[in-house]
Parts: sequence; structure tokens; C-alpha cells
Amino acid sequence: MSDEKKVTILNYFLTEEQQMIVDVARQITEEKIIPQRAELDENEEFPTGILKEMAQADLFGLYIPEEYGGFGGGCFDMVLALEQFAKGCVGIATSFAASALGAYPILISGSDELKQYYMPLIASGEKLAAFGLTEANAGSDASGIQTTAVLVGDEWVLNGTKQWITNAGDASIYSIIAITDRAKGARGASMFVVEDTDPGFSYGVKEKKLGIRASSTRELIFKDCRIPASRLIGRQGTGFFTVMKTLDLSRPGIASLGVGLGQAALDEAVTYAKQRVQFGKPIISFQAVQHILADMAIQLEASRALVYASARHIDNGGNDVSKPSSMCKVMATDMAMKVTTDAVQILGGYGYMREYPVEKMMRDAKILQIYEGTNQIQRNVIGQALNKEYSR
Amino acid sequence: MKIIVCVKQVPDAKDVRLDPKTNTLAREGVQSIMNPFDRYALEEGVRLKELYGGTVTVVTMGPPQAAEVLRDAVSCGADDAVLVSDRAFAGADTWATTYTLSQAIRKLGSFDLVICGKQAIDGDTAQVGPGLAQRLDIPYTAFARKVLGCADGIIRLERMMDDGYDEVEMNMPALLTVVKDINEPRVPSLKGKMKAKKLQVVVMSAADIDADPECLGLKGSTTQVVRVFSPEFKAEREMLVGTVDQQVEQLFSKLEPLL
Repeated sequence: MSDEKKVTILNYFLTEEQQMIVDVARQITEEKIIPQRAELDENEEFPTGILKEMAQADLFGLYIPEEYGGFGGGCFDMVLALEQFAKGCVGIATSFAASALGAYPILISGSDELKQYYMPLIASGEKLAAFGLTEANAGSDASGIQTTAVLVGDEWVLNGTKQWITNAGDASIYSIIAITDRAKGARGASMFVVEDTDPGFSYGVKEKKLGIRASSTRELIFKDCRIPASRLIGRQGTGFFTVMKTLDLSRPGIASLGVGLGQAALDEAVTYAKQRVQFGKPIISFQAVQHILADMAIQLEASRALVYASARHIDNGGNDVSKPSSMCKVMATDMAMKVTTDAVQILGGYGYMREYPVEKMMRDAKILQIYEGTNQIQRNVIGQALNKEYSR
Repeated sequence: MKIIVCVKQVPDAKDVRLDPKTNTLAREGVQSIMNPFDRYALEEGVRLKELYGGTVTVVTMGPPQAAEVLRDAVSCGADDAVLVSDRAFAGADTWATTYTLSQAIRKLGSFDLVICGKQAIDGDTAQVGPGLAQRLDIPYTAFARKVLGCADGIIRLERMMDDGYDEVEMNMPALLTVVKDINEPRVPSLKGKMKAKKLQVVVMSAADIDADPECLGLKGSTTQVVRVFSPEFKAEREMLVGTVDQQVEQLFSKLEPLL
């Protein structure tokens, strides 16, 4: 754990309120997450108690407008909190972040009625949310979605199966995308709110994962699942639009998980390198080790700067947010994979053992390059944005 | 329910040193924190408020900088804060402290419950809670480890004992001092921190609490600290080396003559 009184970090000119968010999130990380992370990971146990602490600290409402019971913050505020949580455990941080991912579609496109009803529940942490996009045949290619929704009288009837849904089974509120008119292609998908108690809605078994094992991942199964017509998020056919807007907002959060994780790995690696004596000297005195640590620090700080700048660009109503959002996601999560792998290398055999936290960090890092759009898809987004920009 | 929680600002125990020349606490560069046991008292107060409604007023006696622990308490759920502060209070022992606190609490009007930590980690006397109850002439239970419930003006709780626990009932208003087993204190909330930032701390001086000057501070204290000193560290250290078996053997041979 980095003691920021000792470690020199760049001045990012946080406001007093932003520093407050950092302080509260850091305290939760140090006092609640770190002492429990190894056990929750080992037992693949959902962090219900820790999420309750986050709720009590008002953090679930961070990005939700005050009129709906939130704190009224933005993307950058989420980035700051998530970075702290990820220093402790990316699995727990993911459980927290996934609730926001489930809430964003309602916030972005939902009717005032939907917002009035669901946002206070999510902001208080009373109910967890989740986001359902991925299916067996629809991952990077969202057009492969098979789940359908048909309007019958004043109800939507959903059929299909969503796969690898974070918080599934533990959340109560689900933002789901389904095809409402296949003939319309990209304009034929719509988003809906499904509640855990809706008839015809059930979960698959809990998946066993390489990392982020404190987070829960299950299938969502819809078999003639009937929901009121009012649960349509936005207008019919705007599902893909809402999904894209949601991911633009959420990706800097994933990027900041990479930053927090990278910081934690660097902290462990430097601390160890100062203590570990070989050939009669602490190994940090060897240039071979110093250079690895230096590269870790360079990549980490560069990623943090890009993530913060991207989040601020989004909050300030900047144009074309997809590109910076994707750029920071790629850079920070590739960095996290590299830096955690290097940390294991610095710790050597000890690093490979579960007794030390870095093996978990390396296992947790991998998902960051995959979920919320693989880093290859992010590069597509960036490339397409460049093509568009230079055609103007 | 009107709940009063007494807290104390203490030096962080991770960082306590005595000045070898003056034998007083070296406070320079030492962080001050809320007495850890008081954090559990505060949490219990906030939980009871959440359960039964009402308010939590946090009270501390100390120098002006003790307002920091009051802000800390408000960020963790207290509603308002009172700093009992006056140069005349300086040097108070537990006798004078309980007098001062009781005078201040009387000024706050009627209340149902006073909650204190079982002791402070600096003085370690565990006298202020019980002493305060005597001064206020209300029943008290020390070492409370669980509040079972409050109803019809009666609070029921469990008191930690060496060999188990007692179930205790008290008429309210009452005072309890709590042990760490009673709860798991929360971290501050964002809204709490915002509130703490804007908080106007009410300061009560000797005059504000109608105190008898003879009963305050060093003058009002029945005990005096004659000398504080760090125990001199004389023990010599020796590292045992070799295999575990060899080390155990060496250790045994050193201890055996002492048995």
C-alpha cells in the first residue's frame, strides 16, 4: 500500500471535494478491503459487507445527480474512487463499478419516471445494479445479440440468455439490451430494466474465473420474462446508442482500475526490492531491478495522467469522447498487465506464491484487457475516430 | 433519543515518545487521533440513532485543536459537536475532568444516553466514564459489549466480564462505556465530510458551564503526576543462530537456570 505522504505523486490539482473522495475510498481500501481480499479471492466470495461500507460512505451515489439522491459527481470522481479500491482488490472494485455500469443506461436514456424510481435505490447502495450485453455469440460483435423483446399488450416479453454478467445473482436491477426489430439492424435493439423478482427471469451457475474472484459472474436467463412496458429505457431502437454512451462513460473507470492495480503492484515490488537481500545487497541496488521498477513507474504515471485527463474531458462536455475513453482504457489496462507481471518477476518465487499479494494482482489484471470492450476493439474505436477526424 | 458521546483527542499510539529531558509526551510531529475506544462509542451512538431516531451530540474537552476530533466524529455520523475548552481546564485529572464534562453536559439540556469509550489510550484510567455518571447522578454500565435494545425508558445491554458477560438493565438517562467488541466502526461518509467541513463547533468556556473555578484544571485535581518517565531499556539482546532444533536447545539451556 502506498503511503502517499512518503511517495511522490504528481500534483493533479484535485479540488477539496475530490481529495475527500480519495480519502474516504482509501480508508475503505486500507481498513476493509486489504484485510479481507485474500480470503474473498480464495473463497470466491461476494464482498457484500464491503459494498455496504461503500454505500454507507455515500460512494454508490458518486456519479448520480443530487436530485436522485446522489453526490452529483462525474466520471472523474468515479475514476478517483475506483483507483483507490483497485489498490486493494480489482474484484471488489469491479463489483462496485458494475453497479454504475448498470445505472448509466437509465441515467443516460431513461425516462424521468425510471430515474426517479431506480436512481435513489442505486445511489444509496440499497440495491445493486448490473449491465447485460454479452451473449454466447455477441461479445466484441454486439450485432450478434439473440435475446429478443416483444411487446405483448402492455408488457415486454424477453427471451434469451446473457453471458458472463458481472453482479448477476447479487444485483437487483439489470439494464438489458435485446432485439426489438431485427430488420432494423443497429436501430433494432432496445434497452430494458429487469428486476430480480420479474417472472421468467433466472440465473445460471456462478462462473469460476482466473481472477477478480470476489466478483460474481453468472448467466441471465429470460424465459418468457414479462416486464411492464414502462421499463423500456429511452425510445425503442436506441439500445445500441445507449450502450455506446454507457461504455464511453464507464471505460475511464476500468482504466482507473488498471492505475490502482498498477500502483499497488509497484508498491509491493519496490517495498520487496528494498528488503530482499541477494549477493549481500538489497536487490533494489542492482540496475537490472531498478530499470524494471523505473519502467513500471513511468508507465503507471503516464497512464494515470491520461486517465485523469480523459475523465476530465468527458466531464467538461468534451466532443468525441469515445477516442479518449478508449485510449485511456487501452493504455492503463495494458500497463496493469505489464506492471503486475513485472511485480511478480521482482518478487521471484515469493511473487508466485499466494502468500504474497502480487500473484493475485497479475491474475486480476488480465480481465481489464478483456471486459468492457477488448483492447483490440478499443483500438478499432480509436482508429475509426482518427479516420473520421482526418476526413473532416 | 438524545445521545451524547464523549470523545478525547489523543496522540496516535503508533507514534508515542517521551521527551527524555522533560519526561513529557513529545507532541511535535505526532499525529493526534480520536481515542480508538471512543470511535466505538460514537459508532454505537450513531447506530442507536439510526435505529430509534434522535440525535448524537459529540462532546470533547481539550485545547482548540481538539475540534479536529469533533469534525472527525461528525463525518462519521454525529449531528453536532461541543468543544469544552478553556485555559482554566488545563492540567485536569479525572476528578476535575468529570466535573467539567458534567457541567457542560448539564448545559446541553435533557438527554437519554451518554456513551464513552472504556478508557483513553493515553491516560488509560477508565475513570472518566464512571466518574461522569456519578457526577450526573445517573446509572452506568462499564465495558458494554452489546446493546440489546432500548424501550420504555430502559436500556438493556451485555457487560463484558472476565468469565463471560452480564445482562444489565438500566433506567435512562444512563451512561455506558463500551469495549471494542460492541461494533465495527464505519469510515466517514462523503456527506458527513461535507457537513464536518462546514461545521460550526460550539465552544463552551468555564464561564459558559457555570463552573466553580476551584474545581477546574490543576487546581481542582486531587491527583498530581509527579514524574513521567520511559522505563530504561537495559535488556541485552542476543540472536540465536543455527537450525531450529539448535536454537531451541540454546534457548532452553538459557532458560533452564532461571526456572
